[in-house]
Parts: sequence; C-alpha cells; structure tokens
Amino acid sequence: MLTLETVRYEQDEFVLSADWSLAPEARVAVIGPSGAGKSTLLSLIGGFITPQSGRLLWDGQDITKNTPSARPVASLFQEGNLFPHLSVYENAALGVNVSLRLSAAEKARVFGALDRVGLAGFEARRPAQLSGGQASRAALARALCQDKPLLLLDEPFAALGPALRHEMLDLVGEIARENKRAVLMVSHEPRDAKHFADAVIVVADGVAQTPQGTATLFADPPKALRDYLGRH
Amino acid sequence: MARRAVGISKATSAVSAALVMLLVLVPIGAVAMRAGFSEGAFAGLGVADWAALKFTVVQAGLSALFSAALAVPVARALARRQFWGRGALVLLMGAPFILPVIVAVMGLLAVFGQAGVLNGVLSALGLPKLQIYGLHGVVLAHVFFNLPLATRLLLQGWDAIPQERFRLAASLGMGSREVFRLLEWPMLKERLPAVVLVVFLICLSSFAVALTLGGGPAATTLELAIYQAFHLEFDLAQAALLALMQLVLVLVVGMVALRLGQVAGFGAGRGALRQRWDAGAPLLKAQDALVLSLAVVFIGLPLAVVVLRGAVQIMSLPASVWSAALTSLVIALGSTVLCIAAALALAASRGRWTEMTGLLGLAISPLVLGTGLFLLVNPYVSPQGLALPITMLVNALMALPFALRIITPEYARAEADYGRLADALGLHGTARMRRMIWPQIRTALGFAAGLAAALSMGDLGVIALFADGETATLPLQVYRLMGAYRMDAAAGAALLLVLLSFGLFALFDWRGRRDADA
Repeated sequence: MLTLETVRYEQDEFVLSADWSLAPEARVAVIGPSGAGKSTLLSLIGGFITPQSGRLLWDGQDITKNTPSARPVASLFQEGNLFPHLSVYENAALGVNVSLRLSAAEKARVFGALDRVGLAGFEARRPAQLSGGQASRAALARALCQDKPLLLLDEPFAALGPALRHEMLDLVGEIARENKRAVLMVSHEPRDAKHFADAVIVVADGVAQTPQGTATLFADPPKALRDYLGRH
Repeated sequence: MARRAVGISKATSAVSAALVMLLVLVPIGAVAMRAGFSEGAFAGLGVADWAALKFTVVQAGLSALFSAALAVPVARALARRQFWGRGALVLLMGAPFILPVIVAVMGLLAVFGQAGVLNGVLSALGLPKLQIYGLHGVVLAHVFFNLPLATRLLLQGWDAIPQERFRLAASLGMGSREVFRLLEWPMLKERLPAVVLVVFLICLSSFAVALTLGGGPAATTLELAIYQAFHLEFDLAQAALLALMQLVLVLVVGMVALRLGQVAGFGAGRGALRQRWDAGAPLLKAQDALVLSLAVVFIGLPLAVVVLRGAVQIMSLPASVWSAALTSLVIALGSTVLCIAAALALAASRGRWTEMTGLLGLAISPLVLGTGLFLLVNPYVSPQGLALPITMLVNALMALPFALRIITPEYARAEADYGRLADALGLHGTARMRRMIWPQIRTALGFAAGLAAALSMGDLGVIALFADGETATLPLQVYRLMGAYRMDAAAGAALLLVLLSFGLFALFDWRGRRDADA
C-alpha cells in the first residue's frame, strides 16, 4: 500500500501537497487543470523529484530517498517509453534486466508479456516500425516485465484516438487485475476516468486531494472539480 | 514557397558566389598549370616530398584519434555533472578555437618544453627530460586545439539524447555502464566518425604548429614543405607541385567528410543541464572530477603561463611589435568586412551551391591559395608589395565557411518570419536589408564578425609566404622574436596578441548582442 504522509513539494511559485493512502490493487485516475501538478504527483511517486517535506511509504517502509528503480513502481510516460535503437523484444527485456542477459525462464517471461499485449511475432521490430497503438502495447509489455506492484501512467495513450485509447485502458485494467497491481493514471479526459478508475484524485489549487470513489465524486462534484469540468 | 524579393538582389548574390569561386579556383588553376607543365605530373617528387605526405597523414591521424578518444570522457563528465563553474568550463572549451596558434605554441613550450614546468617537475624527481619537438609535439599541440572542439561536438550529441530516455533508464534501474551501452554508445557510434574526420581534415592543413614544433626531414607537413620550397629555396615549381599534392589530399578527405555530413558544424554544444540518476556513485564522481581537472589543467595552464609571463613584459615592448599589431588590426578589420559582406550576399541567395562555395574555403589550405595568388601576380607586380591585401583576402575566405554557417540559418529565419510583411510593405533592396534583415540577424552577425576578426588576427599562414623583412603581422612578429630567442619580448607580444584577438571577438559579439530584439 502506498502512503503519502504530509508530502509537500515546492518549486518557485509552484506548490503541491498530498496526504493520503492508496488501497492495494486500486485503479485510480488523477484529474485536474493543466499545470496543477498531475505529472508532478507522478514524478514524486516515481522518484524523479523529491519532496521538501513529508514522507512516502510503501507497506510502512520509507521510500522517500529511494532512487526511481528502487521503488515499487513501473512508469509509462507521455513519450519516450521505448529506445528507438532496440528491438521490441529488447525493450521489453529491459524490464527484467537492464544488462539484457536473460535466463531461459526470463526470456520466456518476456515472450509471455509480449504475447499478452498482442505483440507475438513483432519481437524483432524496431519502435519506428510500429503503429502508435503497437508502440503503446510494447511499452506496456515492458512495464509488465518490470514486475512492480504499482503502475504509473502519465498519459501514455494521449496521442491515440478515443477508441484505441479505451482499448488500451481495458488492456491495462485486465493486466493489472491478473497480476494484482495497482494503477495510478493521469488523464485529462473525465470519460476515461469514469471508464477506467474506481477512485479519482483531483489535483487543483496546490493540493492532490484524497482519492474518492469515482461514481460518488462525479454524482456530486466538489467545487474544484466543477470548475475544471466547467459545469455549474 | 512563393517567390519573393530578397534583401540583396539575386544578381548581387550570384556575382559574389562567382567571385568567391574565382578567388578560390583561379589560384588553384595557376598552381596546377605551374606544377603540371614544368615538371610533368608527379614525376618531380623526391623522397622528402613523399615523406612530407606521409608525415602529414600520420600526424593528422594520430591527432584526430587522440582528440576524439580523450574528448569522450571529458564530454561525458560535462554532460552528467552539475557544478559551480560548469558554464565557464564550457566557455573555456570554446577559447582555443579563436586562440592564435603561435600563442598556444608558446604556452605549450612553457609547460612541456625544454625548460618548461613539466620538465622542471620531472628533473626534480630525477626522471629524464621530455622532448617536445617532432611528431609528438605536433600531435600534442593539435590535441590542445582539437580536444576542446571534439568535446563541444560530442556535447551536442549528448544534448541530442532526449531527457525522457535518461528518465526511462532511471526507472529501469540502469547504472552508468548500461546507460553508456544503451544510450551513450549508440550516439557516439553515430557521431565519432564525423568528429574524427573533422579533426583529421583540420590537422591536414597544419602549418604554424608544424613550423614551430615540427621541422626537419622527419616532421615536415606538406604545408610546411610548400613554405620551405617557396621561402627558403624559392623553387616555385616545387612549391606548386607540393601545393597540388596538398590540394588532392584535402579534397579527397573533404569529399569523404562531406558524404558523412556534419563537416562544417563546428562545436556549438551548449551542454544543456540534465538531471541524471545513473552516475551518483562516489567512484564515478571522483572519476569525472579527475577527468575535468586534467582537462582544465591541460587547456588552462598553457594559457595562464602565457598571460603571466607576458604581463611583466607588455609595458616594455619594442616598437616593431606595436607597428605589427597595427598592421594586424588593419588586416583583421578589413578581412572581417570582406568576410561578412560575402557571407551576407551568399546567405541571401540561399542556394545549395552557395554553401558549397563557402565550404571550399574550409577545404582549401591558405598556403595553396597563397602560392596560387603569388604565381598569378608575380609576373606583373612584386608580390611582397601585395602581402597585406592578399593576407586580408585569404583570411576572409578562410573565415567564410564559419560565417556562412552562423548567418545563413538566421537570414532564412528572418525571411520566413517577416518576409511576407516586408513584401506587403514593398520593402526591397537596401531598405529591406537595413530595416528588416540587419536588425533581425545582428546577434549572429556580431558573433560571426567576432570569429572572423579573431581568426584573422591570429593567423600565421599566408603572411609567412609573402612578408619581407619589413612587413609583419603580430603573429609573425611573435614567431620572429621566438626565432631570435628574445623570449621575454615574444611573451609580451603574445599576450598583446591574445588580448587583441579575444578583445576583437568580444567587441563584435557584444555589439551584436547589445539592444538585440529577439
């Protein structure tokens, strides 16, 4: 279980604070106006930036000072999820071992992950030879190979069309359920959040608010969410 | 894109391109005629000439390999570290580009020479002394100049690796070894051949370094051999033959380099600050600190010694130094005006072949051009009388590729941004140049003019061919003082030369930046 304990991050005028926990295997959407700090929240959890105060805990263990790879998270970014000079197989295999020297069992796991995302037969291709959807699948296979209990999605499917995006979110949902992983997903599409998440974190006015059930939240949106959605 | 009126009319541009071509090609033709008709192709080449060819290639090859290989750890350390003075260090890497060769040689002699700092340390430790003259001295000086250049070129490569990849590498837990193998090595594999080739090409035309640190049958470059045939033996046919050899050599390598691309791109790596997660280990920090310290000492110490020794002497310089300085200033300013005018005219026409014209200047050696011009004017007037105008002209041609490289993209940007507005207002000809182009590109113009002025100020090449006992530029005067073992006066004159070169660069650059609206 991930806990953010009175976390506060500041840079120049920008402030973001958070104080809550995520249930295990939760599927949570992060929504809010652009520039409010959705990506910052994910960077804090992913370990790319460190808060000025407060602690991050995983199952009671302090992980505030851990490097990105020493945290229980796998990240999918907006862009740059694949190395262009490596094959699809090698990109996914990086999730198992960055030295790319894999045992037979580990190789089987990589092929299994590629098969699971529907890329069997695409192992030898380079990212440039993939469509947008296929590249997203390859990145997802890599995250699956990383075998981390929490998956962070920073709008990795934003460039895909609505139908393809829903397809990818369904796939992420299935895979998370099968592998008992929690998912934290940034989105600027309220429909995606409703479609995918069972809880929502609203980021606005310098605060990442406590996750709330998706259905209850959208049934009676608080002011910050109303302002963002533009409903009165 | 629609046709539109440009700042300078097409005709002017075409004329200037043709003029540049003529200025480069006619002297070369003169060289070829003289070499071909009087001797019968390459039959007249002796053992010493082939030795000069071999030495030229060997020293350039070694210089290129050492510069590129040493630049990798330096650029890597700069790319992944954040520290106080980092910006100043990147700036220091740019300094050798406009540092007069003769000054660098003085500094290197003061550190690595017979009575230098290094030998002082060695003899205090009871170790044998090092000898700087010969192949290793030439290579050392070339590495001094080209290690910073190679470092800046490679920094561009590091800048070009997207930040997202380092972030992804961190999230996958890659250490510095994996980051090298998966991110840095693919970039290096792509860029190193071009870097090696650029340095190789530059070192092929080495004259001043070979003149001062080389020499003798074992360490003579073709350029130096041209000078010797010309100046010491006054064998014009021999000089022409050697010039032809040099021309063929540089053209062949230049052609290969052109195919590889990125030839004229000369180190503009700003070394953008990047957050990195893969190099936090204390041992790696120590390694980078050591690499950067060594680089600073290697580049900074010779410079510091010249400044310190010269500072004592600069108030008591002989009059000949001051008159040489005045001559150099006139040449530098004249060649800057010529160079910038030609670059503006060529940039205005924006054709592929104009860029080729500019590149010619990079590939052709000053001594070959000088030899050709000498052969052309010799039957009619005394070449010594034309020493200064010819030096001015050749220096302008030599700086032209760099000026074009800086000015052309800015010119194109100004036209793309405001060309339609200017067309709509009916802004043509000189009015377009004064009201639109000039204010828009003045920062680039200032930078290019600064480079052209500094390069011309410090040049010791074609002037050595033409000058008689009376006329001298400041670099030539420093060389003569060194040759006469008047080291104190030479040190003072060298400092004056550094101050003038860097001063001219800073002045033009500052004028360009001042009040720039952009």
